[in-house]
Amino acid sequence: MSTLQVSVYRYNAETDSAPYMQDFEIDTHGRDLMVLNILQMLKAKDSTLVFRASCREGVCGSDGMNMNGKNGLACVTPLSEVVKNNKLVLRPLPGLPVMRDLVVDMALFYKQYERIQPYLQNENPAPAIERLQSPEERDKLDGLYECILCACCSTSCPSFWWNPDKFVGPAGLLWAYRFMADSRDTATRDRLAEIDDPFSVFRCRGIMNCVNVCPKGLNPTRAIGKIRELLMANAT
Amino acid sequence: MATMRNLSFDAIIIGGGGAGLRAALELAKSGKKTAVLSKVFPTRSHTVSAQGGITCAIGSADPNDDWRWHMYDTVKGSDYIGDQDAIEYMCTEGPKAVFELEHMGLPFSRFDNGRIYQRPFGGQSKDFGKGGQAARTCAAADRTGHALLHTLYQNNLKSNTVFLNEWYAVDLVRNQKNDVVGVIAMCIETGEVVLIKSKATVLATGGAGRIYASTTNALINTGDGIGMALRAGFPVQDIEMWQFHPTGIHGAGVLVTEGCRGEGGYLINKDGERFMERYAPNAKDLAGRDVVARSMVLEILEGRGCGENGDHVMLKLDHLGEDVLLKRLPGIVELSKTFAHVDPVKEPIPVVPTCHYMMGGIPTNVHGQALTIDENGKDTVINGLYACGEVACVSVHGSNRLGGNSLLDLVVFGRAAGMYIEESLNNGFEYHEPTDSDVEASLLRLNRWNESSEGETVPDLKAELQQIMQNNFGVFRKEENMQKGVKLLAELRERIAHAYLPDKSNGFNTARIEALELDNLLEVAEATAIAALERRESRGAHSREDYPDRDDENWLKHSIYFPAEKKLGQRDVNFSPKTVDTFEPKVRTY
Amino acid sequence: MVTNITNLGRSGVSDWLIQRVTAIVLALYTVFIVAYMLFHPELDYATWSALFQRTWMRIFTLLAFLSIAAHAWSGLWIISTDYIKHAYARLGVQTFIIVALFVFVVWGVQVLWGA
Repeated sequence: MSTLQVSVYRYNAETDSAPYMQDFEIDTHGRDLMVLNILQMLKAKDSTLVFRASCREGVCGSDGMNMNGKNGLACVTPLSEVVKNNKLVLRPLPGLPVMRDLVVDMALFYKQYERIQPYLQNENPAPAIERLQSPEERDKLDGLYECILCACCSTSCPSFWWNPDKFVGPAGLLWAYRFMADSRDTATRDRLAEIDDPFSVFRCRGIMNCVNVCPKGLNPTRAIGKIRELLMANAT
Repeated sequence: MATMRNLSFDAIIIGGGGAGLRAALELAKSGKKTAVLSKVFPTRSHTVSAQGGITCAIGSADPNDDWRWHMYDTVKGSDYIGDQDAIEYMCTEGPKAVFELEHMGLPFSRFDNGRIYQRPFGGQSKDFGKGGQAARTCAAADRTGHALLHTLYQNNLKSNTVFLNEWYAVDLVRNQKNDVVGVIAMCIETGEVVLIKSKATVLATGGAGRIYASTTNALINTGDGIGMALRAGFPVQDIEMWQFHPTGIHGAGVLVTEGCRGEGGYLINKDGERFMERYAPNAKDLAGRDVVARSMVLEILEGRGCGENGDHVMLKLDHLGEDVLLKRLPGIVELSKTFAHVDPVKEPIPVVPTCHYMMGGIPTNVHGQALTIDENGKDTVINGLYACGEVACVSVHGSNRLGGNSLLDLVVFGRAAGMYIEESLNNGFEYHEPTDSDVEASLLRLNRWNESSEGETVPDLKAELQQIMQNNFGVFRKEENMQKGVKLLAELRERIAHAYLPDKSNGFNTARIEALELDNLLEVAEATAIAALERRESRGAHSREDYPDRDDENWLKHSIYFPAEKKLGQRDVNFSPKTVDTFEPKVRTY
Repeated sequence: MVTNITNLGRSGVSDWLIQRVTAIVLALYTVFIVAYMLFHPELDYATWSALFQRTWMRIFTLLAFLSIAAHAWSGLWIISTDYIKHAYARLGVQTFIIVALFVFVVWGVQVLWGA
């Protein structure tokens, strides 16, 4: 059986009064394609279907979506990993406003990212060459800097669903810790002061959906735990 | 038209990749009214896919390293049609640009002494080719492009750069003096079309690898900047020079960094033989990319390819050990598992040369000013138009780019363009408003698509274009194939001019964007085809079966393609660096 | 920085810390009571009453009451801010919870020292 049943969330504000699920049948010729390939085949049939995609190799973070109930990147998710009973259900990332079909408005997600001042801050004048950093210090950034801002984690997080305007969310917090952990950054105290309220960090309830879905295998929950430790250590 | 909204900037940067963001950063810091317009959120730009690193003589792996050695390698790599003044500028300014990136927070990997980690890459040497292999490529594991792009985006946030994210540039706007005075752009979310007026328009739109069916490039690499420039009547340079990266994953086209071979990996044929020892006895697997790609194709053509169809070779990494692979090449391990179903810790990766980089582009000087050629054959600056990064041809890569030089190109010339524009704005800019008819002219093709009522559809035409390029303008090129290709593309141009856009909706209409991109792909493809046919020699990445030798007598020149007459001319290569002696053309062996 | 006025502590850290410390107190208290009952299978009113005549037991119990109140307040405050998006409705519910917890604490003190 190589015909796959695909059900896709459709919504175009210009023509649809409400979102609906549209069913397609796709012949995969038995190949274990990526979900993105399926979407491209569907778009060739129906050019009005809309989704984001760029690098098609899992490093740009464009095509985050919900596939059979789980968030992930369509370009690096093979059918064999998600399809059950020959059926594939594709929805936009949950919790963010839908612009059209599988495209969500990520403004809130980016706003939370910008809030944590996602750039290195060092009050000392820069040397003529690079700032030195030992391999051990650099190792602390592994598992943090690789984030691609795909939003799979934050949009699978109930705490982010309830308070996307106040809770930074797993992606933003992972980035926040990436700078706190950097031996070259001198702004940790200010960074902590900015998020030392009951929402920004502490809305994380350790549900760990973020860890479960991260396409890069990162662990935002652990980073959040580290931030809490720093907040405790700096508390007076 | 009368109701079209206008936006005004001192500088508009089209493209949010490494070059665009680096230029923007320079301008934002200067307080000029700058905006970056990008068809994707900036960190989704193709720079993010760069893996191996940024080549620069920062003297970390070897304290005695010298920018002149880097320059020598780059000139040799270019097969001597890289401009030596530009290469000199890149190699001397490079360390400054790399240290700036580090100060901005780029998480480079490190040596034990705390300095930036550098790995060997193809075509690198010490002491002008006499001192053996150099290690000159600064790396953040195998995710250098990702680290670089995010760092630049973050620092633009810090500098409050204005972003027009998910906006698409349709066409350049020129005034009656043929100066570029802005661009017609579309907000993808709403479909609103806006006239953006700007004293400086910077094209940083990246490459166009999507003209080929198989490419390492992102889906967005459709040559939008080249398309806009050619439609505006401006020429492009060395556009026949397309780099085929030796190691694209067979079947998927996904890139596997040259850093794999830098770390000690090597290619084998079906007999398990390390065949590069035969083709490049000294550099072996770290010869220039053009040399390695051709050797691979020869192995395959001579029946020593791997797999059922004998259509690829293997990249062997397992001997490096799990520790090195997970530490230095973690992204490659991940990609191989996903796209080749192979764990490189245990088995070799099936690879094949795959379209990777456009060496040609819009000719510019080292300040990023776009150039055209006047009727006397003299370089003339196009007022208001700048280009940097892959879309530009400054030219530091000539006919073959060295690995790790593209990221350096982005930051050095993005920075240079930004600095120069700032200075020009301070000195006062002559700016003449476009008339209504000037603006109307730039809306023509958008209106054409919007009014189309029947015809062929975009995906089929695009697939056909990519197949024409793949079949006729690959690693080895033949006169008769290329002639056929040129003819097919001319026919395709007619068909695309009558193609049909079924979806006319406004909000997030990606079908319309793909239609507009198809126009650009066609412009790049046709320029490539005609230039490739006309350059009757083999040099760098341009390899012809009918003219197998380099012809310095007639072709130690840039090719320059004029879109109006569809003619190929020549432009002199710069052989006058300011502080070192000229590197004279020599026979190029590795 | 998200500013708040209705939460228990002054900051997220203090709320978080209070919730954990009170949880430990409640756990210890629960373990003590369960253990006490297991060691006194024939528990009668006199023994039970004697236990609560001791000052340390009264302090321990009062601590547990206060911990319940603080723990409940920070927990319910979080739930109310998650699910009740209407500001006045949320304030009403929060007021009700505070008053109820206050009443329970005062009542508890009365029971402990009144008997």
